[in-house]
This record gives sequence, structure tokens and C-alpha cells, in this order.
Amino acid sequence: MDRLDVAEPAWTGISPKYVWPELVGWLVTGLIAAAATTPLWFIGAWWCYAITAAVVAVMVVVMAFVPRRVRSIRYQLREDDLLVRRGILYLRFVAVPYGRMQLIDINRGPVVRALGLSDLKFVTAAASSGVTIPGLPEAEADSLRDRLVELAESRRAGL
Amino acid sequence: VSGPLPGEGAPPPADRPAAPATPETPAAPAAVAELTDGEWHRLHPATPLLKGGIALIVVLGIIVNNAREWVVGFFVPGGRRPDGDGEGDPFGYVVEHGYLGFVLLGVLVVVAVLVLVFWLSWRMNTFRVTEEIVEVRSGVVFRTNRRARLDRVQGINIQRPVLARVFGAAKLEVSQAGDDANVSLAYLRSAAADDLRREILRRASGVQRSAVDGVQAAAPAGAATTASATASAQPAAGQVAPGQAVPGRAAPADSRQRFVGLVEQRAQDFLSDGLDPQEAPPESVVKVDVGRLVGSVLLSGYTLFLVAAAIAVVVSVRLTGEFFLLFALLPAVLGSSGYYVNRVTKSLRYSISSSRDGIRIGYGLFSTTNETLPPGRIHSVRVSQPLLWRPFGWWQISINRASRSSTDGSGQQGNSTLLPVGDETDVRRVLELVLPELVGVAAAEVQAEEQAEEASVPSAETGVGTETAGAEPAVAEPAHAEPGVAGPALAEPAHAEPAVAEPAHAGPALAEPARAVVHERASHTLSLVEDGLTSRGSEGGFTTSPRRAAVLRWFSWRRNGFRTAPGALLLRKGAIWRELVVVPLPRMQSVGLSQGPLLRRLRLAAVHLHTVQGPIIATIGALDQDDAMAFFEGAARDAVTSARADRTHRWGASSTPDAPREEPRP
Repeated sequence: MDRLDVAEPAWTGISPKYVWPELVGWLVTGLIAAAATTPLWFIGAWWCYAITAAVVAVMVVVMAFVPRRVRSIRYQLREDDLLVRRGILYLRFVAVPYGRMQLIDINRGPVVRALGLSDLKFVTAAASSGVTIPGLPEAEADSLRDRLVELAESRRAGL
Repeated sequence: VSGPLPGEGAPPPADRPAAPATPETPAAPAAVAELTDGEWHRLHPATPLLKGGIALIVVLGIIVNNAREWVVGFFVPGGRRPDGDGEGDPFGYVVEHGYLGFVLLGVLVVVAVLVLVFWLSWRMNTFRVTEEIVEVRSGVVFRTNRRARLDRVQGINIQRPVLARVFGAAKLEVSQAGDDANVSLAYLRSAAADDLRREILRRASGVQRSAVDGVQAAAPAGAATTASATASAQPAAGQVAPGQAVPGRAAPADSRQRFVGLVEQRAQDFLSDGLDPQEAPPESVVKVDVGRLVGSVLLSGYTLFLVAAAIAVVVSVRLTGEFFLLFALLPAVLGSSGYYVNRVTKSLRYSISSSRDGIRIGYGLFSTTNETLPPGRIHSVRVSQPLLWRPFGWWQISINRASRSSTDGSGQQGNSTLLPVGDETDVRRVLELVLPELVGVAAAEVQAEEQAEEASVPSAETGVGTETAGAEPAVAEPAHAEPGVAGPALAEPAHAEPAVAEPAHAGPALAEPARAVVHERASHTLSLVEDGLTSRGSEGGFTTSPRRAAVLRWFSWRRNGFRTAPGALLLRKGAIWRELVVVPLPRMQSVGLSQGPLLRRLRLAAVHLHTVQGPIIATIGALDQDDAMAFFEGAARDAVTSARADRTHRWGASSTPDAPREEPRP
């Protein structure tokens, strides 16, 4: 069965290096979750160790899919709107007209910055829009931001 | 206490209808002209009392309550005397020990300090209104300064709490997009508040100065007639221009008459429902019947919950023989009666009407609120029907809007309810008020733009056709065969007259034929919405979920659907809790499509129309994935076109005041 896609799939991917921040993020989450289950070991029953093992197993599976999930994050600049897709199991498309831009955020976390990447966030008046393009090379993120702002200027719309 | 006072000598509002002045754009009265001259002004002198005075009265009440026994004993000899041991009776204690003098002094000092603080805060609280902005400065120790742009006004709200109404004062709030981003002018003179709102909205609308000046030139004659007509009630107004004090006429008889006039005016303020007949044509007013309101509140989901709780209690008492649960739930029952009373009183005397500057919503019995929502400030509309209302055919209309207030009304009520309860006729009339501004203008402008393109590129005709129709997937195609559904865009190329298509005119200058198009479009959308209220299946041109979606939408899969309408998208949901969501395309922020693993297996998908935050979440799930994708792409395309054509942030720009938009309402 074909994966759902738009009529003109002219997608641009993000940097494959974005795998690392994701992996680190999940690793930390996994370690914390696993550590949270360790007090159960004092009970001493076998299922207490099983819970920890299950947490670790789930995290390993999740992390195994990270490269594919990172590859699935794509965007395209169409004539009048920005189209973003992400997710393999939970697929999500968002189309947002350039004129709806309220502001653009560029965030750099410690790992992301170490790899020379940036996360770009396109903020509209609707909180549910949630348009983010993570893991762009720094220069590309800056130029994309400038381009988006420029496009928004020329297609400015009200609220 | 000196300084210019807002609304000093404003002419009484109730007497104006008799004036022959043009009803569309009344010239700003002198008081308002002064308030809006761009200089800093102070608020109503009773403001400190209205803002903090209530607390003072409460404290006084507590003191008096404590002293009650003592005072009664003082006046009624032989009555019960205070015991004198001071136990639980601070006042008696004070008197017994001879501290009365100190305590009185202390109270006096406290009162003096409070009065000084209130007076200072009143002195420091100033505002100004210019052509572009409204600005408020306040605070004594911590100064705040808030400035809001007029073309970003989301609505203007006039609140009149009971106490303020007694003083003839009102609180004016200019809503802006965002959380608690209101500019609040509390308090103004009641009459001045209404006029100030009209003036602010006029400036915000971008109505051209020259157009209004013409009216203002004609105004003085009208004002003179008004004055003579009201001479009996307001002798001070006389033949002198309103707003000017009359020093020579301060005779005692005159002042007494003036006092009677004042009382009369207050009484009139109290009785009037806050709707200026010249602002709101009576036939456009929708009111909510009290009986129906009470019924609707009693038949809310909360009642279902109460009944379920009662059954649970009865069952538990029967099973266990213990009654403790009964007592545990008693406070909850008492609390809920308060909830019911609150819900009803909030919506008493609810009325919705159209005015030159958008929709006017007024409600409240003792404390009244009266709000004007300019065109294009409604981000989505939902018509819904709770289960228990169904036998009566009642509906509720809610809206999403960009301004949110954490203190406004009880939660969502007031800020987001457009019609608390109404039958289908009411729904129709309210939508008639809302839709032309919501979708009609936008649709007409899109059409004008398309025609302009068409004119420049004659071969693009087919392209334009697909653009309008493209949003609808193949399933909805039969709807196009209906008469009138094909839309004037394709049927009437004659509308491409230069007044509309000319780019220099920039859209909002809707000429007379274009206005007809607006109403045609809006009434078309209205009929679609009406069809969508109760219909199911492909009736009304909706594209519904396929049969396999019945796993996820047990009862509603035949009803769960969407369609495009001129200028808006309609989502029809729920077989048990029916609802219909209208999202105007020019207000939509973005579109989303999502598909989880379960939906993927069923080849289904969900579409999300993102609007500003509010009670309405415009999401439709369990659609066929190809339909959903077509809807998604069509909506994304149409959103761009509509947003480009949208000019509502200056809704009055270059439209002449002598031809208001809502005049020829069908």
C-alpha cells in the first residue's frame, strides 16, 4: 500500500546528522525511565527486573527507528505556502500559508549546536499549527528563515 | 480635583433617535470629540469607589455587624446588653476597655490613607485615543503603559456592573488578540462609553475621513434639534452646544430639575437593554426567551451528571444501608444550584444584533455587558446540539476569537458563546448576521480577484474553474449540478465590472453589484449550513466517511463529513451530539492532515483546520484517505487565495458611510 502523499512530492529532507540529537534525547529519556524502575528491585520478585527490561527493550526499539523517522521529516516551499511532513507510524502533514507567519524561532540545543545544526519553528496565531523543521544546517536555517520572512512580507495577511 | 473629565456634559443617549441626523454615522458628540483628541484624559471620578469601594463597604459591613448588638442595646433600653467580657465581641470589648477613641482614630487614619491612595491611583490613571492607537497609563508605584493599535481591534466590550450603573458609569475594554491583552478604560461615563466605542470603531474601520466630514458638517443642525427636543428633560442643554457649561444658569430650581432629569436618565439607563435603536435595526435583533434559557440550562450535560450521581447514591444506599454518601454529596448539590442560577442570570436579556461595525452582543440583567465584534474577528463558528436539547430542536452557537480573557464572565460563557440557546429560526437569523462578514465578503473578493485574473489572462478561465471546484473531491461533484450551487463566479461573468476588478481599488470598495454578490454568497453558505445541521449521508453535498469508518464512528459515520462553501469550510459531525463547524477561509491559520497506525490500516485519515485557540477544535477524523488528501490540498490552496483577498482588518475602508454593508439584508 502506498504511503499517503501530496500530489507534487518535491520534498527537501533535513540533515541526516539530526539522528544524533534524537538518539541522545531518547537515550536520556530511556535512562531516566529505567532508573525510575530500579527501586522495584528491592522487592526482589522476577517481574520487577522484567519491568526494567521491558523499558529498556521499548527504548531500544524506539531508537532503532530514529534514523527512519528523521528521514521522514521533510518540507517544501510551495508558491504560497510551506508544507511540512513528518512521522512514519504517525504521519502528519501541515500546510501553512506564508502570510500567516507571526514569528520564526530558531533554537539550538547543546547537541544540535555541537553538530552545527538548528531547529526552525514557524509560529502562527494558532497554537495547534505546530510547524517545526528540526535539524537544519545552521546556514540553511538562517537563509530559510530570511526567505520565509521575505515571503511573509510579500504575502502578508491579517490574523 | 481638577482636570478634564471624560464625558462631561454628554448629551443623553436615549433621546437621540428623534434627531434628523444621519443614522449611519452620527457625528462624534462634543464630549467624545474631546476624549478622542489625542490628549491624555482622566477617567470617571467615581472610579476609585467603583474599583475598590466595594471592599471598603464590605469592611464597614463587618464592623457594623459586630457593633449591631451594642447599637441595638443603645437605642432599645431593656434589650439584651452585651456581656462585657469581650468574648467573641470585639466591639463590646473595645467599648468596655475604653479604647473607643483610639480605634475610631485608627479607622479614620486607615480610611484617609485609602482615600488618598484611591485618589492618587485615579489621578495617575489616564488614557488617550488618537487616530491610530489607544493608550492607557496607570499605577502609582508600578507604572504600566499599554498601547494598542486600532486596526488590530478584536472587539470592544462595554461592561456595566450594578454599582457602576447606579453611578452612570461603564467600563470600556478594547480587546486585542492574545491572552488578557485588553486595554481597559474603567470607568467612563455611561453615555460617553457608547459614543467612544462608536468613534474608536469608526477609526479602526478605516472609513475615510472625507466621507465622515460630510456628515459632521450636517451634524450641528441635527444637534440643535436634539437639544430643543430634549429641553424639557435637560434644561441645561438648552440651545447651547452640548459639552459647554452654563455658568449663568445655576438657579436652584434649575439644578433641582437637572437632578430630576438625571434620575430619570439613570432609570432609563437601567430599563433600556443597551441597544441603541439607531445602531441596531429592530428586525435584526435576536433575543433569547427566558423560559427556553432556563430549560436549556436545566437540560445541560451537567444535569445528566447530577442524575447519574443521584442514581449512584440511591443504589449505594440500597446496597449498603449507609447514608454517609448522601451527606457527602449534599454540598455538591447546593453548589450546583448556584451554578444553574449563575448560568441563567449571565445570559438573561441576551440579544444579538447587527450594527454598522459588526455584530453586537448584549447580555446581563443587573450587571450588563455589551460587546461589538467587528467583521472578520470571528475565527470559527460552531452550531451544536446537546442530546437533551434535541426533542426541543434547540441549538447553541459558539465562536472562536483571538482575544481571550481569564476574568471575563464565567469561563467560556460570554467570551465565546454567540447564542446560548435558540431554535432553528434563531440560528438562521444569527448566522445571517454573522455569515456575510464571515464568508460573504471574502468570497466576493476572491471572486473579484479571480475575475481580474481572468480578465488579464482570458485563457485561464478553466483554470479558475478548477480552483474553485478543486477543493471538493470527486464524491461531492453532484452538488455542482444543483441550481445556484455552481456559484456566480462561473455563471455571471458580467460582474467583472472595473469597480471590482480594478487593482487600484484594492478589494474593499465593494460596489453595489458586488454587495449583491456578497449576500448571494453568504445566503448560499447559510443554506448549506442549515442543510448541514440535521442532514446525513451525501445530502447537502457533504463528503462523508466510508463504510469502513463505522469501526471508529459507530453511529455517526454516515454524518461525519465535510464540504466546501463559498468562503468557508464546513465540518459536519456527531449523530448523537450533533454539531456543525464553519471555518472561514480567510481566518484559517493552517491545515493539517494526520494518520496514525489504526487509521492507516483502515485507509482513513483526519484533517485538522487550525484556527486560533478557543472552544472549537475544527478537526474531522475517519475520512477516506484520498478524500482527506484532496480536502487538505484544496483547503491549503483556498486559504491562500482567501487570505490574500481579505481586507477585514480595515472593514470600513473606502466603503461609503451612507451605504452600510448590512442594509439590504434579505
